[in-house]
Amino acid sequence: MRRHLAPILSRIVIWVPYLWLLALFLVPFFIVFKISLSQTAIAMPPYLPTIDFSEGWAAVRESVSEFSLDNYFWVFGDPLYINAYLSSLKIAAVSTVLALLIGYPLAYGMTRAPESLRSILLMMVILPFWTSFLIRIYAWIGILKPEGLLNQFLLFLGVIDQPLIILNTNTAIYIGIVYSYLPFMVLPLYAALEKMDYSLVEAAQDLGCTPLMAFWKVTFPLSLPGVLAGSMLVFIPAVGEFVVPDLLGGSETLMIGKTLWSEFFANRDWPVASAVAILLLLILVVPIVYFQRVQAKARESEV
Amino acid sequence: MASLGSIRRSFAPWADPAAKPYIRFENISKVFGTHTAVDDLSLTIYEREFFVLLGPSGCGKTTLLRMLGGFEQPTSGRVLLDGQDLRGVPPYRRPVNMMFQSYALFPHMSVEKNIAFGLKQEGMAKPQIAERVERMLKLVKLESYAKRKPHQLSGGQRQRVALARSLAKRPKVLLLDEPLGALDKKLREETQFELMDLQHELGLTFVIVTHDQEEAMTMADRIAVMDKGKLLQVATPAEIYEAPSSRFVAEFIGSINTFEGHLTEKTAGAARFRDKSGAVFNVSLGAGAADGDAVALAIRPEKMQISRERPADAVNAIDGEVWDIAYLGDMTLYNVRLDDGRIVKTSMINSRRTVEDALTWHDRAWVSFAPDAGVVLSR
Repeated sequence: MRRHLAPILSRIVIWVPYLWLLALFLVPFFIVFKISLSQTAIAMPPYLPTIDFSEGWAAVRESVSEFSLDNYFWVFGDPLYINAYLSSLKIAAVSTVLALLIGYPLAYGMTRAPESLRSILLMMVILPFWTSFLIRIYAWIGILKPEGLLNQFLLFLGVIDQPLIILNTNTAIYIGIVYSYLPFMVLPLYAALEKMDYSLVEAAQDLGCTPLMAFWKVTFPLSLPGVLAGSMLVFIPAVGEFVVPDLLGGSETLMIGKTLWSEFFANRDWPVASAVAILLLLILVVPIVYFQRVQAKARESEV
Repeated sequence: MASLGSIRRSFAPWADPAAKPYIRFENISKVFGTHTAVDDLSLTIYEREFFVLLGPSGCGKTTLLRMLGGFEQPTSGRVLLDGQDLRGVPPYRRPVNMMFQSYALFPHMSVEKNIAFGLKQEGMAKPQIAERVERMLKLVKLESYAKRKPHQLSGGQRQRVALARSLAKRPKVLLLDEPLGALDKKLREETQFELMDLQHELGLTFVIVTHDQEEAMTMADRIAVMDKGKLLQVATPAEIYEAPSSRFVAEFIGSINTFEGHLTEKTAGAARFRDKSGAVFNVSLGAGAADGDAVALAIRPEKMQISRERPADAVNAIDGEVWDIAYLGDMTLYNVRLDDGRIVKTSMINSRRTVEDALTWHDRAWVSFAPDAGVVLSR
């Protein structure tokens, strides 16, 4: 009895994540995809055609025949969208590099800290997650605004005599994104650096490397999987980031997340917003697939 | 002149007062927090010597090796190499190379690149590097594995790569930290002889750390036995085995029987030893312990004979019951239980295939030994 049940059970267990993906990723994806092929309309919901299965097969076929790629041509035809994509990619890329530059020494320092201190440091990296993301971004408004904490402090020190305009600029967006996603950079880097055998560095020094050369020739190449994982974890959400540019960025900042939001809510143009979303997904699938392949390769060589 | 342990050495710079010391540890101490790893230790190692640091784990032997490599700085005292004080000289400027216990092969580089690593750092020209790498690969018999990554090699092959990498720069001294620890017994024995041949061929000075006494005995010109950060004895394997200077050394190397007691009727070169059970043995004696001193008589199992009857010519003999027998092929071990409950270990070489009237469990037997079979230890 049990013997017959086991394979069925194990198959069911395997299906759970698939069902999850099906219900919460694939089905919504197709709904959005379908809307992206529709036309905007003053209706409820605000697009046509809607598929009504109650009117019979012919009606469904007629609805499907009305689908078109017009929205995609529209998105490609308007430099606003192209620029928003490009600017998002640029902001995400710069933020990723900044997060790496800050995160790497942080993670490296953590792995070199005494063992008793490491868990505390790790805790401090994770600690910000205990406060809502939105509240933390609001807090940055209080810090960065012209009469905010940062300017008051700098004025008090006499470093500046005019408040710096940081809020509502791209600088504020970089600060916000790097701040928000830094833990996602630090944690994979920490994991990669921590499992590294320190005797490798000693061996490099023994063979004539200065500490700096040993880092560059041994530590850094061996931490590349962590660098890649951290960069992906920062880059991918940063491209579609909405909250940070909306709260900290200015009106001139173009980011695709903001554009998408305004298409959806300000313009009520669901089909175009859906097309923008589908394209964003396609843009991000490329690095994700690449990342997955590199990870699989790294696992292969680890055995 | 009689040689200890049936071996005569032609290479013995330590016995030559004119020999120039090559590596000198002078009053070295190393303290980690509250733990003293190395305690006011002085030691001289000579050029071309195969020197083994032996001791239980945590005795400070690895710390000593790492101080020579430059990975630890002595808390006090100094290390000299070929007359040069190594204080403040970082590892990358020392003419020594180390083979790490974990091998520490760079996982992201091929075998070839691993071996070439140190040469590249030196700024050697490419053709020379290629030539040297090839020679090294040939030396460790891994020519066909040049392009492999370390994870594609077996433990023994990795060990060879690590050896080739540490030899590639032609260091003055090669440091080896438990080099054979990860290998199985058979491979280890093979590699021991290969290492010795290699050392002889290249004319290098080897300093090896190990906790495996058999390994130390096989390879070393001299062994330093360490415990708790101190040197207990520095001598040839034969001296360590046949003439240990203390109970710890005697018991750490091989197996040994120790009888506790004291000396009586001491004359020049000989004395009587009264065991605490009352038995009296005649022993030969060097200088040192005085009449009445509490000492231990330490005798190796193979220096004692076992027989059913007391041999007529036996100087010293004690009887008991055969308690355990272990047949090992080349020899047989007998544990004889004395009447006061102590166990005496003896061994017999099986030089004949058949033995008439062999001993069995619970037979009464006599264990006999010559006056010079044992060592009298006062420490």
